[in-house]
Parts: sequence; C-alpha cells; structure tokens
Amino acid sequence: MGFVTREPIDIGALIGIVSGPGRGGTVAFLGSVRRGPEDGPVAAIEYSAYEEMLEAEFGRIVAEAQARWPDAGIVARHRIGQVPSGAPSIAAVAAAPHRDAAFDAARYVVEEAKRRLPVWKRERFDDGTTRWREG
Amino acid sequence: MHDREPTGARVTVRCRLFARYAELAGTEAIDLDLPTGATVEQAVHALRARLAEGVRFPASPLAAVNRQHAAPGWVLADGDELALLPPLAGG
Repeated sequence: MGFVTREPIDIGALIGIVSGPGRGGTVAFLGSVRRGPEDGPVAAIEYSAYEEMLEAEFGRIVAEAQARWPDAGIVARHRIGQVPSGAPSIAAVAAAPHRDAAFDAARYVVEEAKRRLPVWKRERFDDGTTRWREG
Repeated sequence: MHDREPTGARVTVRCRLFARYAELAGTEAIDLDLPTGATVEQAVHALRARLAEGVRFPASPLAAVNRQHAAPGWVLADGDELALLPPLAGG
C-alpha cells in the first residue's frame, strides 16, 4: 500500500478500506490547504518530499498506531505535487470497535506525520509569486 | 609496511538535499568522502566546507540516514544515504 499520492485524496474510498461491521466508530481527518486571513492569497501549495523516506516513515507511523490500537483499521495518505487551496493534502482514517480508539489512533497518526514526515511546501499566491513555508 | 591507508579507512556517503537546502547548495545530491567513523555532524561540516555558499548552510540540520531520522552523532557507514532535511512541513 502506498502512502503517497499525486492524485486528489478520496476520503470515501479510504473510509471504505477500514470500515467494517465490528468497527462502530470511524474518525476521518483531512488536512487541507488553507487560505485564511493570516495566510494571504494562497492559490496552491506545491508539496515536495523525500519520497522514499516519506513512504517508509508513514509506514512506521501507521504500524506504531496499529500496535497501540490493534483492533483498529488505520489508513493514511499524503498528497504531493501541486494542491489547490481548499483541497486536502493529508488524510488519516481510523475505524475501531469504539470511538475512543478511533479518535486516538487518527490523532496519533496525524500528529506524528506532522512531526516526522519529510515533506516541504512552497506556497503559490494569486499573483504567481512563491515562498517556502515552514511548519 | 604499506604507506597507503588501509582499505576501509574512508567511507563514501551519498548526501541528498531537498527543498530550500537543494536551492542553497545548487544540487540535490553530492558524494562525500569521509574518514571512517565520521558522524552525521562531521558530514555536514564537510559539506559546508565544500559548498560555495556553505556558510549559509545550517550547521545542525535535521538528518536522516538510510530513510530514518538520525541524530548528529550517528556514525556513517560506507554507502549510506545521508539526507539533510529542512524544517519539516508536512500535512
């Protein structure tokens, strides 16, 4: 299974991968390109990555979550390339017998992804200018 | 007695650079020839000495060895892939 995609993230398809009759709670997180008042007129973000490590590290993160919440089904994706504002760049879905495990597992994957994945973003503004964005 | 260094006295490490660091260095990859036992920190020092704009390159960047995060004191082996990572910005 690949954790990296250049295509739009299909959250419904991800939910379908992990949902099941024994999993009564599903948490789906989507992180999207923001264009808020503090961000400026961001038209898109160009995501670049150390792709081989991104795959490996995302795999380790999901495996850690799977070990902590063994009854959960967990799936995650990071989109790279140009992602327009408003579109999702990262997704984590956890489905578990009960909601606590689903919330906790999804949050663990997202927080560790933010902290550990070798991904960088370059903002592209409406006027065509760009800049690296950290964090 | 041999007057050459014994085989294995040096290691070659492939150093990969990404995003802003690749722009700073003007390249995405560079081979570093280092003494055996060299650490990530020493490899960064060698890279900075080699780059025309090395002084602008951070002295203690985040690093990964063979696709895993690595501390500055990590000892490099011949053939390792060292990656120097700008501040992470995933998500």
